[in-house]
Amino acid sequence: MRYLPLTQSDRQAMLGVIGAKSIDDLFVDVPAEARLDGPIQGLPNHASEMAVERHFSDLARKNMAASHHPFFLGCGAYKHHVPASVDHLIQRGEFLTAYTPYQPEIAQGTLQMLFEFQTQVARLLGCDVANASMYDGSTACWEAISMAGRITKRKKAVLSSGLHPHYVSVCETMAKFTGDTLDTVQPELSANTDRTRLLAAIDDETSCVVVQYPDILGRIEDLTAIAAKAHEHGALLVAVVTEPVALGAIKAPGEMGADIVVGEGQSIGVGLQFGGPYVGLFACKEKFVRQMPGRLCGETVDAEGKRGFVLTLSTREQHIRREKATSNICTNSGLCALAFSIHMTLLGEKGLRDLAVLNHGLAVQAAERLAQIPGVELVNDSFFNEFTLKLPKEARPVVRALADRKVLGGVSLGRLYPGVSALENGLVVAVTEVVTAEDVETLATALEETLSEGVGA
Amino acid sequence: MSTINQSGWKPEMGDVTDTKPATFTGNRALMLEEALIFEIGTAGTTGVDLAEPPKVASRLGGLERNRAIGLPGLSEPETVRHYTRLSRQNYAIDLGFFPLGSCTMKHNPRLNEKVARMAGFADVHPLQPVETVQGALAAINQLAVWLIELTGMYGVAMTPKAGAHGELCGILCIKAALAARGDPRGFILVPESAHGTNPATAAFAGFSVENIPATPEGRVDLAALKARLGPDVAGVMITNPNTCGLFEKDMKAISDAVHAAGGYVYCDGANFNAIVGRVRPGDLGIDAMHINLHKTFSTPHGGGGPGSGPVVLSEALAPFGPLPFTERHADGRYTLVEEETVGERHPHSFGRMTAFQGQMGMFTRALSYIMSHGADGLRQVAEDAVLNANYILRSLEDVLDAPFAHSGPCMHEALFSDDGMAEGFSTLDIAKGLIDEGYHPMTVYFPLVVHGAMLVEPTETESKAALDQFIGALRSVAERAKAGDPSLKSAPHHAPRRRLDETLAARKPRLVWTEPEQAEAAE
Repeated sequence: MRYLPLTQSDRQAMLGVIGAKSIDDLFVDVPAEARLDGPIQGLPNHASEMAVERHFSDLARKNMAASHHPFFLGCGAYKHHVPASVDHLIQRGEFLTAYTPYQPEIAQGTLQMLFEFQTQVARLLGCDVANASMYDGSTACWEAISMAGRITKRKKAVLSSGLHPHYVSVCETMAKFTGDTLDTVQPELSANTDRTRLLAAIDDETSCVVVQYPDILGRIEDLTAIAAKAHEHGALLVAVVTEPVALGAIKAPGEMGADIVVGEGQSIGVGLQFGGPYVGLFACKEKFVRQMPGRLCGETVDAEGKRGFVLTLSTREQHIRREKATSNICTNSGLCALAFSIHMTLLGEKGLRDLAVLNHGLAVQAAERLAQIPGVELVNDSFFNEFTLKLPKEARPVVRALADRKVLGGVSLGRLYPGVSALENGLVVAVTEVVTAEDVETLATALEETLSEGVGA
Repeated sequence: MSTINQSGWKPEMGDVTDTKPATFTGNRALMLEEALIFEIGTAGTTGVDLAEPPKVASRLGGLERNRAIGLPGLSEPETVRHYTRLSRQNYAIDLGFFPLGSCTMKHNPRLNEKVARMAGFADVHPLQPVETVQGALAAINQLAVWLIELTGMYGVAMTPKAGAHGELCGILCIKAALAARGDPRGFILVPESAHGTNPATAAFAGFSVENIPATPEGRVDLAALKARLGPDVAGVMITNPNTCGLFEKDMKAISDAVHAAGGYVYCDGANFNAIVGRVRPGDLGIDAMHINLHKTFSTPHGGGGPGSGPVVLSEALAPFGPLPFTERHADGRYTLVEEETVGERHPHSFGRMTAFQGQMGMFTRALSYIMSHGADGLRQVAEDAVLNANYILRSLEDVLDAPFAHSGPCMHEALFSDDGMAEGFSTLDIAKGLIDEGYHPMTVYFPLVVHGAMLVEPTETESKAALDQFIGALRSVAERAKAGDPSLKSAPHHAPRRRLDETLAARKPRLVWTEPEQAEAAE
């Protein structure tokens, strides 16, 4: 077997050193009734590299890949062009096959990268500090609510209706078990967010208000008043960013008073990958740092006075504090954080701002074009690179019909909010720099034809 | 012994053993110092070329970002050099032996990287219509079925993002199962030798945690466990093989006792590599166990993630598992069971743990690994992993204290203590001495039940020659620690950095870079 270096004579020699007759002697502590006599049934035996590759090629061909078709899906995962050097660099074995940097003298590469990542994330989100990553945006969102609970000693969170429904579901799952209360409603297919409801819901029992920015329908709103109201009542503002490229164009949540800002970093450096692995971003004000979950990298010096980096403040973490830890997280998303950081370094401030302007410009053009289709309305007043259309009929069958025409035309709100009739005509369309004018025209034509054919009527 | 020049040639340029002069750059030949991007990049530099944006009226709601963000950019050549230089300051499994106990640092096959990057998997959006992702769903389903076969369990939850997230999944299943029968129980029992994630997870899910003592043999004290079981105990979390590297012989009896008392058994599967293909946890009465795909199934650790932690479940807990999951239909079609059909297909689910479908990029890699090994190869994996660990244990027990060596063979990892070191010398010194020898140290000071623990996990992907050299190196370092060699106290001498001041880092945390003038002002 190509991954196993021991030869049969090695094995014999080693058994001799150990003083065992056979390998079975080493499994003597396994009760006889639990020992399997031979290879497990139900699995094939080993396969060559070529055979495995062929199997995966066959499976891969059964999927419609984003880059092969006009592509307009967003809602928490975005297709951006990732420079070739990003994937090359993250595949360097010294990054790819390293472990968590527990021995800092021989892990300065990962540690310095994490320190740079933390700084980039903190600046992008407009916060003082950021951690070394979480699993993804949705789990980071719950961790933020949980952290706000520790800080305020309160257990009621008010969630904006514009928060990604999967994120809401994750929080609901956890709240069911921790006894937290979540105040949440579904969005309306309207240009207006539920800020009035949010402002009214904040009271002296509220631990935090959670607002997605831009929200699930692509709408953008000023968070300043929400932050002020929350602070007035001793509550925190948690902002959630699922499309960090937007922050090259619009104000950072931290600038508007958010106390904790979490996000999904996938759109910078990390591919779509059918949902994972992604990279959770987590940033906050410095005064809350000791309540943060996850790993933190900090600067220090070595015995010769040279600058170096270590994992720090680990007394918050599970391997030291066990049941008193701020979170149970251990493995995070280090390699995706590296991809994010490399892509961000390639972009730089200028590149990020230009990319954001390009995304916005293309999205505005696409929105105007698609809104010309008879019966199709643009829901948003404001948006970045993603907007919601109201179709004259249910959007979900339309998306399927578009896929039949080889166009991946967006995310139907029926997929995200099944059974909610007020939302079923909503189609969320994302337009990034990978979308060409021709793609938009293809979508417009296909959408117009599909709508006139009575699909899903 | 390990000299590379075996030709007998002698150097002809005279004595070169003089002291090393300082260099202008601070570099030492191939050991290159690298500044931070904030020190070498500028906000105006970029390494990407973008199309001109169309001229449109902004629709950003009046929220244009005006202030500078502070993100330096580098050109592509500078970027490649920056990260390549950083990478060379890292130890990695590709460079050498990485015997970090409980972490299973095995070789990461590059075939896995190749298949995961196929556009049909890497470039697919999680919310595409299921009709357009049948191959991806088939791959998830195939891995799910094989994980069930390998563990002898009833079902599997694929979405957890890492081991600790998998633990959370299992514990939530237990909590949901108890709630369904109207039996709220508040306590989870955890052995003293458990990974820190176990008690942290139980607490995160709202349970109180109590420790179970260990026997002098290094295993769970069955009598003490039985004595504590009762109507307030929701379940136990047991690592098997345990963190002392031993198989819990009484696992079935533990499971039976817990079940008889109305509780559930969670198994931490971090150490599954020792038994994969030879023992099925389902035969030991386990109700839930996470599988670290980034350990047993070779997906790369990436400097701390991403991981993936599918959880196999017993018939009792499977109905409560999370959304979404794949379903295969009689006609060969695959669908995803999500919120829409959960009422009909999976009514007792505790809900969703994460957006989307889990770590697809890890699923493809793990599936590629399992296919490559097959049932026969995986069995050999466990055998070689266990053989290598026992070889290390028996080759070093004369020089290092092995507190449980009398308990019988170890499984996939060998545990030593710092007993017998010279006054003032500890496990940390041995670890740092190993760095100079060109190794990543073993896991140190864990498990907590052993003083100055050193947990060595070789995995199956090491050759006998690699093990022999490591044994020689660890023996040499251990002998220096026993003899009180002062140079060991200041090790490492040859790494990119000497020992780092962790106390300073925690006392005055600097977690982000600040411009020097700002940093001074803040002092």
